[in-house]
Amino acid sequence: MGAEKAGGRLLVLGWGNPGRRDDGLGPAIIEELARLGIPGVTAESDYQLSLEAAADLAEAEKAVFVDAALEGPEPFEVRRLSPSANISFSTHAFGPESLLAVCEEAYRRAPETLLVGVRGYEFDIAEGLTSGAQANSRAALEFIMRLIQDWKEGRTWQQANWERRS
Amino acid sequence: MSATKTKERKIVISPVTRVEGHGKVTIRLDEKGKVDQARFHIVEFRGFERFAQGRFYWEMPVIIQRLCGICPVSHHLAAAKATDLIVGVDQLSPTAEKMRRLMHLGQTFQSHALHFFHLASPDLLLGFDADPKIRNVIGVALKHPDLVKMAILMRKYGQEVIKATAGKKVHGTAAIPGGINKNLSVPERDELKKDIGQMLEWSVAGLNLLKKFYHDDIKRMSGFAAFDSNHLSIVAPDGRFDLYDGNLRAKDAAGKLIFDQVKNADYYKVIQEEVRSWSYMKFPFIKSLGPEKGWYRVGPLARVNNCDYMDAPLAEKERQEFMKLGEGRLVNATMAYHWARLIELLYSAEKIQELLNDKDLQGTELVREARHRGHPRRDQQEPVGSGARRAQEGHRPDAGVVGGGAQLIEEVLPRRHQAHVRLRRLRLQPPLHRGPGRPLRLV
Repeated sequence: MGAEKAGGRLLVLGWGNPGRRDDGLGPAIIEELARLGIPGVTAESDYQLSLEAAADLAEAEKAVFVDAALEGPEPFEVRRLSPSANISFSTHAFGPESLLAVCEEAYRRAPETLLVGVRGYEFDIAEGLTSGAQANSRAALEFIMRLIQDWKEGRTWQQANWERRS
Repeated sequence: MSATKTKERKIVISPVTRVEGHGKVTIRLDEKGKVDQARFHIVEFRGFERFAQGRFYWEMPVIIQRLCGICPVSHHLAAAKATDLIVGVDQLSPTAEKMRRLMHLGQTFQSHALHFFHLASPDLLLGFDADPKIRNVIGVALKHPDLVKMAILMRKYGQEVIKATAGKKVHGTAAIPGGINKNLSVPERDELKKDIGQMLEWSVAGLNLLKKFYHDDIKRMSGFAAFDSNHLSIVAPDGRFDLYDGNLRAKDAAGKLIFDQVKNADYYKVIQEEVRSWSYMKFPFIKSLGPEKGWYRVGPLARVNNCDYMDAPLAEKERQEFMKLGEGRLVNATMAYHWARLIELLYSAEKIQELLNDKDLQGTELVREARHRGHPRRDQQEPVGSGARRAQEGHRPDAGVVGGGAQLIEEVLPRRHQAHVRLRRLRLQPPLHRGPGRPLRLV
């Protein structure tokens, strides 16, 4: 379990429900990324964040979270995440900051983590992304590829970089 | 918690933080400040009976599991078992049954670990009176990091078992009418075998931790919310503990049998439901005892209380020790649910280990076909079970719609179930409210 299976040190974790239109942005981007099979990169997706993701996180040098955004800038926005002890009691709603906090407390470390919030438009009960969300997902994937490249070449993730690039 | 002061007062506790999902407790106090009424609210109306109507029967295992993202496997398997009956398969192949059992054990393992460590342990380890801001899994991680690491990896292991058996960690697709659509490959088996020893060890450690806590605070643990009740569960034909299949058994608080070995498809002969004006939930009760005295506990406590033995040596030893708490009666302490749940966690780990060493899981007979036991279809000569085969092959069968009409019920269901299904169909018609305390006639 864990490191051997994670197969890399950069974790890209996307979540959302593909049965709710653009909420499936995270899993759709992860699917594309997994298809590329980049060495050193673990691409995982789920309906929602869950406690056990802390184990994968603890083994990652850096992490990128990908989620759909109900509002905010197009095509996506990027935010650096810090562990936060504000927690929902229920694993039905386990936030990314809470996950980082569990990881930090349990494993005494948490990787540098960026959240890419990809703008979605429709979240009704249907499958398939809207055309706007599809365009945003392509832009987000390109951006994540650049983050991966930076990580591989030892460059730090500077806010100025992603502001300029996105 | 909020309280409003009027002549009569109402205390609202929302959300209830020790169950997954969304719960609320309301307590109404009379003018003298005494409890007049206490209710536990949960989102009880889901509408799945309606979603299911007009859909193909083979879709049921996939649709019904959407009831829950935490325990979809139980619903996936319950729906698959119902469709086994529809296609006329009474006995699955050993590979199919053992794959389903392993899937379910993965589910109980991860769910019980999550419940104890994530939801219950903050109260137990940090204290019932600890600051609510820190009385959560992060608070536990701060003080007991090793324990939380254990919890994370146990949950992860259970999810891996589910993925290997159901195809996906959440909302899997493996159980199909008449069987399963995959076996356990040797690499999958070997991957799971690597960690099962550790999981077993941690299950024992979790149970010992709870037992120590229970004994150290025995007065509160055995007295808090303790009340006598009936207990209902399934057991194997010889009284063995079973989580996947069995017959119904009910006992009273003292341990006296109320009924035993009732086939699960005949549940309506011993269980009745009533409705109340203030809830969409149906209130089931043991028919022979009536609605006032016939209510019962279910879940880990009832299952461990009711069975005669567990066919897992470590868990059986623990069960025997647990039953001594009842001093000759069943254990009726609400806090003992934690203890019983962890015995089931240990049982699940032992049975997972047993199944991982069973070569039947690499078998290739995945689906069995059978002829349905009703009248032959006028327009179709092939067996109903062929729908399962087509589902497995990814085709949409052209027959087998749930709720498609009385004719379909006659054609698809065994004759002995037909009258019951007709009545259930009628029962789905509105109005849902039938006034307080008026029992709803099921059959």
